Amino acid sequence: MSEPLSLSRAARWIDKGLLGPVWLVPVKAAVFVLCLWPLARLGYAGLFDPLALGANPAETIIRSLGDWTIRFLLIGLAISPLRSWTGINHLIAFRRMLGLFAFAYACAHLLAYLAFDRLFQWGEIVQDVIKRPFIAVGFIAFCLLLPLAVTSTRGWVLRLGGARWALLHRLVYPIAFLGVLHDWWLVKRDLTWPLIYAVIVALEMLARVRPVKSFLKQHSPFQQNIAGR
Amino acid sequence: MTQFRIAPPDLPHIPASEITPKEVFLNRRQWLAGAGALTTAAGLLPQPAEAAQVIVPLAAKANPQFKPSDAPTDKKLATTYNNYYEFGTSKSAPANEAASLTVRPWSIEVTGEVAKPRRIDLEELMRLPLEERIYRFRCVEAWSMVVPWIGFEFRHLAALVEPTGKARFVRFTSVARKEEMSGLRTAVPVLDWPYTEGLRLDEAMNPLTLMSVGMYGETLPNQNGAPVRLVVPWKYGFKSAKSIVKIEFLEQQPVSSWTKSAMHEYGFYSNVNPMVDHPRWSQKRERLLPSLFASRETELFNGYTEQVAGLYSGMDLKANF
Repeated sequence: MSEPLSLSRAARWIDKGLLGPVWLVPVKAAVFVLCLWPLARLGYAGLFDPLALGANPAETIIRSLGDWTIRFLLIGLAISPLRSWTGINHLIAFRRMLGLFAFAYACAHLLAYLAFDRLFQWGEIVQDVIKRPFIAVGFIAFCLLLPLAVTSTRGWVLRLGGARWALLHRLVYPIAFLGVLHDWWLVKRDLTWPLIYAVIVALEMLARVRPVKSFLKQHSPFQQNIAGR
Repeated sequence: MTQFRIAPPDLPHIPASEITPKEVFLNRRQWLAGAGALTTAAGLLPQPAEAAQVIVPLAAKANPQFKPSDAPTDKKLATTYNNYYEFGTSKSAPANEAASLTVRPWSIEVTGEVAKPRRIDLEELMRLPLEERIYRFRCVEAWSMVVPWIGFEFRHLAALVEPTGKARFVRFTSVARKEEMSGLRTAVPVLDWPYTEGLRLDEAMNPLTLMSVGMYGETLPNQNGAPVRLVVPWKYGFKSAKSIVKIEFLEQQPVSSWTKSAMHEYGFYSNVNPMVDHPRWSQKRERLLPSLFASRETELFNGYTEQVAGLYSGMDLKANF
């Protein structure tokens, strides 16, 4: 891969404008730390203070990691519509990070389930995927996330070509849909949160439809302030 | 196996004042007199009952026959991690919301195929032979706890109303007060309220079947089903209906709230059984809270095979899940 990351190299990138404007660097760093926060809190409590996570710490950890996976997916999906509505093009700089955080939380979520619920008993895990639709759906969503995480680098965008890369990454919509379905089918009776997630996914998909997209652009309250964009 | 007798000679009726330390007994009187029976200075009229938790010490002799190898679950966990959908569907909602339920005065209407249908006050129930039993408690969601209940055997209550020969089933109905229970005020009802559960008469009469009025040496917290609930330790937790206001002895098998909501998921029997999977949870193993790992093998009838297997001899437990 590339040479090891060093401060001087990062500084060179900033000088060249490769990382966007200078103010974007600390903002990105702050968002990065913010995204790590739920994981850090769960990890700390899980290791040193499990009772802070309630009577069923494993359930709290697994559910919370799953919730954050969906949230990062939904926030990531909101970037493009927000960008065309507000005209703030720099928002795009956060999309990959949010997507990769969704993937990281999905990995942690899966790992916690494999370890805490199934103790890595692979036979049981296969049974679970076959027998339980909500687990099957979650598993498929995770499998679909893998190629997106792998091809998230600049190198892969070049290798695939922009159009094909964009087409592949449209998979994020079915992934978000399956993620919400996974949550929906797990819940015993109270569908409040799955419903909220479903509405957000639906709105985000709607925002992609061309007439809606151009309507948003034309009716942006921000357009006057950032004329020329 | 214990033989079934309505009034076993080895369990003489002892007045509560004799088995309970006086101090505690007086305390018990205090709460019996408590919320419901406060009298006004003017007319000595009972004031309207006031919603509150009534948690006071409740002494009962421990029955050494029921002492699982695992230590009882931390009281704080058992009283803050509850499924009581009348107060909301999250595990923490009942502990936060349930203080709004008025639990004094309280009575249970006992009707149906009985010789002496009547309303039984909580005070009378508290005079039935109370004992402490530490039972394993297994939720259908594949977690378990160990709980020191205080209660009396259901058959002692049945003896008060004398079921007729026609009675073959028992239906338990939980309290449903919209104004006091936030979970009943959702736009779309979560379940078909009021919550009902059912047992076969011989299951209900089994000496293991407990009507609980306390836990951890105190009266029941509201979130655990105060003031009186069912405890059926060999079945999944949802069979143990909370805050019971009505008991009916029936000829026909009743349909419970959970069965109505999803009949292929929640059967009438719902016996703990590692061989019968729930569509959403494998029942092979369970997580003894607060452990991180679901590493315990689930036991048939939650480990109470010796006491209850006879109830199901010759029955296909998979078909009758």
